[in-house]
Amino acid sequence: MPETSDNRGYWITWALLTLALGVLLAWVLFNAEDKSLYMPGPLSDGHHQLVDSCDSCHTDRFGGGEVLQEACVQCHGDVRVKPFDSHPRAKFTDPRNADRLEKIDAVHCVTCHTEHRPEITLKDGLTQPRDVCFHCHAEIGNDRPSHQGMEFDTCASAGCHNYHNNRALYTDFLLKHAEAPAHKERARLPGREFADVLDEILEYPRDHYPIQPLAGSDADAPQEHADNDQIHADWLASGHAKAGVNCSACHQPRDEKGELSAWTDKPGTEGCIACHGLEVKRFGEGKHGMRLAAKLSPMTPARARLPMKPDAAHSELTCNSCHGAHDYSTSYAAVDACLQCHNDDHSETYKDSPHARLWKAELAGTGKKNTGVSCASCHMPRIDFDVNDWMSRKLVDHNQSANLSPNSKMIRSACLHCHGLGFSIDALADQQLIENNFQGAPSVRVESIHLAIKDQERYLQELQRPGG
Amino acid sequence: MMKKQRTKQVTLGIAATLAITTVAVADIGEEKLITPKAMADALHLVMDSDRTVYTRKIVNRLVKKEKVIKASEHFEDDKALVLPAQMFRFGSELVAKRAEKKPDVNFTYSLQSLWPVNRQNAPKTQAEKDGLKYVAENKGKNYYTTETLGGQKYFTAVYADTGVAPVCVSCHNDHKDSPRRDFKLGDVMGGVVIRIPVEG
Repeated sequence: MPETSDNRGYWITWALLTLALGVLLAWVLFNAEDKSLYMPGPLSDGHHQLVDSCDSCHTDRFGGGEVLQEACVQCHGDVRVKPFDSHPRAKFTDPRNADRLEKIDAVHCVTCHTEHRPEITLKDGLTQPRDVCFHCHAEIGNDRPSHQGMEFDTCASAGCHNYHNNRALYTDFLLKHAEAPAHKERARLPGREFADVLDEILEYPRDHYPIQPLAGSDADAPQEHADNDQIHADWLASGHAKAGVNCSACHQPRDEKGELSAWTDKPGTEGCIACHGLEVKRFGEGKHGMRLAAKLSPMTPARARLPMKPDAAHSELTCNSCHGAHDYSTSYAAVDACLQCHNDDHSETYKDSPHARLWKAELAGTGKKNTGVSCASCHMPRIDFDVNDWMSRKLVDHNQSANLSPNSKMIRSACLHCHGLGFSIDALADQQLIENNFQGAPSVRVESIHLAIKDQERYLQELQRPGG
Repeated sequence: MMKKQRTKQVTLGIAATLAITTVAVADIGEEKLITPKAMADALHLVMDSDRTVYTRKIVNRLVKKEKVIKASEHFEDDKALVLPAQMFRFGSELVAKRAEKKPDVNFTYSLQSLWPVNRQNAPKTQAEKDGLKYVAENKGKNYYTTETLGGQKYFTAVYADTGVAPVCVSCHNDHKDSPRRDFKLGDVMGGVVIRIPVEG
């Protein structure tokens, strides 16, 4: 009898522990913000912000690889087509490439970008086999004699090729820019253009806020909010007041029927989206805004993997984090806002860099317009963005991750406005130069332009040969 | 009264005829009357005609005759016209993307050559190699066969691709990566390969 009683005790303890474990697991699954308990391994640098949003990628509990693929395409699909991608999916779905797919499954992102496997994850989230290029391009030495004798894994590591975005690295582009000097004679960044393209933003609420300057007496804030002189003065001096954007435009976003919502003292992105929808969308696609886009709490420096300033650890990243409110100083947003949080060598040395000297000169009025180089000039550049299949407009790209990883994607959108191609390629391959924020000349030399010239010379000789 | 009745009868007659015709058309549409060969021939006729129009009326006219714009492989960077071969390939990529979601109309096509500017467009499968050789050596004839790729059987048709305009010939003869530089107008420069999945 005592034995039975003891057993019952064990059973009860086991049942209670099992129940407690079950409750804990269920609570984590359905309620906890941090679901890392369920993760097979830590997330990569590109996705770690979404640690508490498993269903951002695992959209269907019963789905397999295709569900995950769909999730990749959902966020990254727009650049996985030509001309941004030199290896788009369409290249591999042709049945004639079935044998290649057996070696490298190039139609699924996870083939080279496996998640939750930090032990095999390299820079830029790569988990690809080192010989990935070899499987299709083993014969390159025959077509390009300059490539003979090269190791099978040097295509990308030498700084010459990028599997996806090769736009600044393809042979004819290298040749076209081969002779460009390190510094262009007339170095200019693209100027601001938003006011000029308002007509092209179809969703712009021009009916409610006609594009015409407002006076101080036009402010439509309710009386109880209208007594802050500083806010009033800031707004009046801003581009918003000059373009007819009244208080209600941001503080009382309209619904689909155009009806004003209730007044909000501190509007979030919903206050910006009516006029700056594309900027907000792109912000949500980068590391700053991807948590907000996934309907999570905003990103904070405390969550970042890059070095951040301790006193900014709990600042929340929304539009206003960089743009403030009411005065909307873009010069603050372009440098000071970044340096409030970022604390790595590259950021810390910016203020002593040649780029910063140009920026200060432009702000002081001694430098010419669009010659100053801020953090945003390179990391949130003004680009020609395809709004849809039929229209393109100049856009400050608020997805600051878009032209990184690998950094050669920055060459066209940033460097080439002021520098030659060879100098840019070399500078971006020089880790030390990046860390000291480009104080000095590149000490690395990437061979790509030299090789392209060699191949061009061979071609010209071939043409001169009899029968060539 | 009689007139009214007749009108009613005519209306009913027309309605019935329309209904029968609609049903009949739907039925015919579902019948498997078209052979893979006929389908491939029809597809090729459309592809070839569209590309010939683009090559002659757009590229050759604007580049060679009116000399107002360039055509370039790097058309975005050079602010130029898309090359006819690229126009053809972009079409084939769009078809591949759209057809993936419509298994009933699943087919693929590509432009290949025994002397390709881009090595990736050289023949790979035995059917492609045989077909391209056959259409180059037998002017005016097409090549038809079946092959199995990735576990799927395909009806594969190869059609000669001929240099129809001076721009075709000059571009291939002058291109840095071209393995052959003695093409003449009217020469077979490559072939269009169309694949249709078949049972078996």
